[in-house]
Amino acid sequence: MSGVLAALFGRLPIGWLQLTHSRTRFAAALAGVSFATILVFMQLGILGALNQSTIAPYDHFRADIMISSEDANTLTDGGNVARTRLFQALGVPGVAEGAPILIGDLVLQMPDGSSSSLQTFGLNVTDARFVSPETASQMDLLRQENHALIDTATRGIPAEAFDGLLAGSPFPFEIQGTTLTAVGTLQVGGGFTADGTLFVSEQTFLRTSPNRAAGAPSHILLNVDEGADPAIVVERLRATLPMDAVKVQTLKDAAAADLAYQTTERPTGIIFGFGVVIGIIVGIVIVYQVLSTDVADHLKEYATFKAMGYGQTFFLGIVLEEALVLAIFGFIPGLLVSLGLYAGMSSLTGLPVAMTPDRIAMVFVGTVAACALSGAIATRRLAAANPADLF
Amino acid sequence: MSGGPPIVVRGLNHFFGHGEARKQAIWDVNLEIARGKLTILMGPSGSGKTTVLTLMGCLRDVQEGSVRLLGAELNGASEADLVQLRRRLGFIFQAHNLHDSLTATQNVLMGLQVHGKGDPVKQAKAASHILDLVGLGDRADYLPGNLSGGQKQRVAVARALVSNPEIIFADEPTAALDKQSGQTVVQMLKQLGQDRNTTTVMVTHDNRILELADRIITLEEGRIAKDVIQEKPLQIVQSQSVS
Repeated sequence: MSGVLAALFGRLPIGWLQLTHSRTRFAAALAGVSFATILVFMQLGILGALNQSTIAPYDHFRADIMISSEDANTLTDGGNVARTRLFQALGVPGVAEGAPILIGDLVLQMPDGSSSSLQTFGLNVTDARFVSPETASQMDLLRQENHALIDTATRGIPAEAFDGLLAGSPFPFEIQGTTLTAVGTLQVGGGFTADGTLFVSEQTFLRTSPNRAAGAPSHILLNVDEGADPAIVVERLRATLPMDAVKVQTLKDAAAADLAYQTTERPTGIIFGFGVVIGIIVGIVIVYQVLSTDVADHLKEYATFKAMGYGQTFFLGIVLEEALVLAIFGFIPGLLVSLGLYAGMSSLTGLPVAMTPDRIAMVFVGTVAACALSGAIATRRLAAANPADLF
Repeated sequence: MSGGPPIVVRGLNHFFGHGEARKQAIWDVNLEIARGKLTILMGPSGSGKTTVLTLMGCLRDVQEGSVRLLGAELNGASEADLVQLRRRLGFIFQAHNLHDSLTATQNVLMGLQVHGKGDPVKQAKAASHILDLVGLGDRADYLPGNLSGGQKQRVAVARALVSNPEIIFADEPTAALDKQSGQTVVQMLKQLGQDRNTTTVMVTHDNRILELADRIITLEEGRIAKDVIQEKPLQIVQSQSVS
């Protein structure tokens, strides 16, 4: 390794030699950087789970535009939309088709007394154009009264409970005092507001939610004519519909607005966001402590080098070399431990805590940057002092 | 290299501390150091000899007065100029200040690599040669932790000499050494002066080496109290020269 680094730098790899001179201290420094990496990964994992569980329901639908109640910030909060808005929208140039969706939270009762909350979507089962291909292929199964598609990743229900259903045997369960039969499956998983997802027909939804009415769906989905620009159609709809009662957005914008609301206005999102910031700050402090201690421990040697005529760029080079070594060798175990913790956390909570290549790249770049910045700051005293003051 | 004295000090004053705690350590020091000579700075503890040495050697900012080193004025010199000047000097400190994680050879190489990448093979040969000269050819791959105090100091001397410096500043180089090791180190420095016309300025309390000096300057309370030029200092006669 020393030979490779010497060839790479064109000088003795002092940073590497210095770090590896004491194996115990090197291991402690790596543990510090790994811990900082794990801390950031965990906070990002939790925030990512919130983002993922917020966006996931939107992925079930295939629509260009969504009409919601004016006070609806997410899929599930706010008021309902009058069904007449659907007919008004269909009269706007560029709108090709539309469908209402009903959304509510229902509680599934298991025979053993346990329960799970399900985010339930009531769909117009005669129109499969507004749902994902996975759901569309099972839409006909929902035409029958009290039939449902159930989320096999529902938190609180053991996976083996669905073995029979996956083998072709319907799975009966009780919800709000009504017995439903799961005849198909989907896989979504739990989020921060519900344990799983359930798809039923509009009629079944209304039967299990007697306080809801067919004339007041939660949202209205629209598709535009082929070749029409959804953004232009949105503007036309806004000019036509009463904007004090409804809001009109593209489905993509609605998902983005929901995510922004969840992460910046809801306590959970704000807390998790702070967690990421605190994780990053603590990580930087740990890395800085490791590098500044190393610089302080070698101040006499550095002062001697300075007296010999080595300039500040040389010392920066050594510390950046150390920073890079610590970042790489500390990041790898940090990543591996985080993958294990993600798997454990996902299994225990049912939340979609998953590692993504983007996150790996982002944390690695952040680790290198934090190490480099900490190293640069740690050499400030060296830059400012006379060599004689450092002996 | 100019023909005049390599070090010229005029009206040098130096202070430590700030505000009411400010205290003058050096008082109007004037001296010229001749090329190729071994000059020893002596004096009791706190007399200011190390301060004068570090001021002349670009290791401390000159506050008042003038220090001209190798033709360049140090008072007000930029950091970049100081870095360039330091590369023409060699330093030996009381504490050897070797890098613990570098072998003897690697420590010596640091004295060469400060001048640029250079040819690694030539650098390795030069390092090996100088370690042979200080009697440590068989310890070239040892880490400082595995060397005795005298051996470490000899590595420090080799590191200071390997790049053929024009001036060597040595601060108590024999203080941590036994009599024989101390004499070996000073004799090497003396012979270097003879062979390469290298100027050596040394701070020492060690009376055993005074007979080798060309000039002995004694400082007391920050002032030059005595300045003696020895007409016939002891010369080193050795078959192998330092070159």
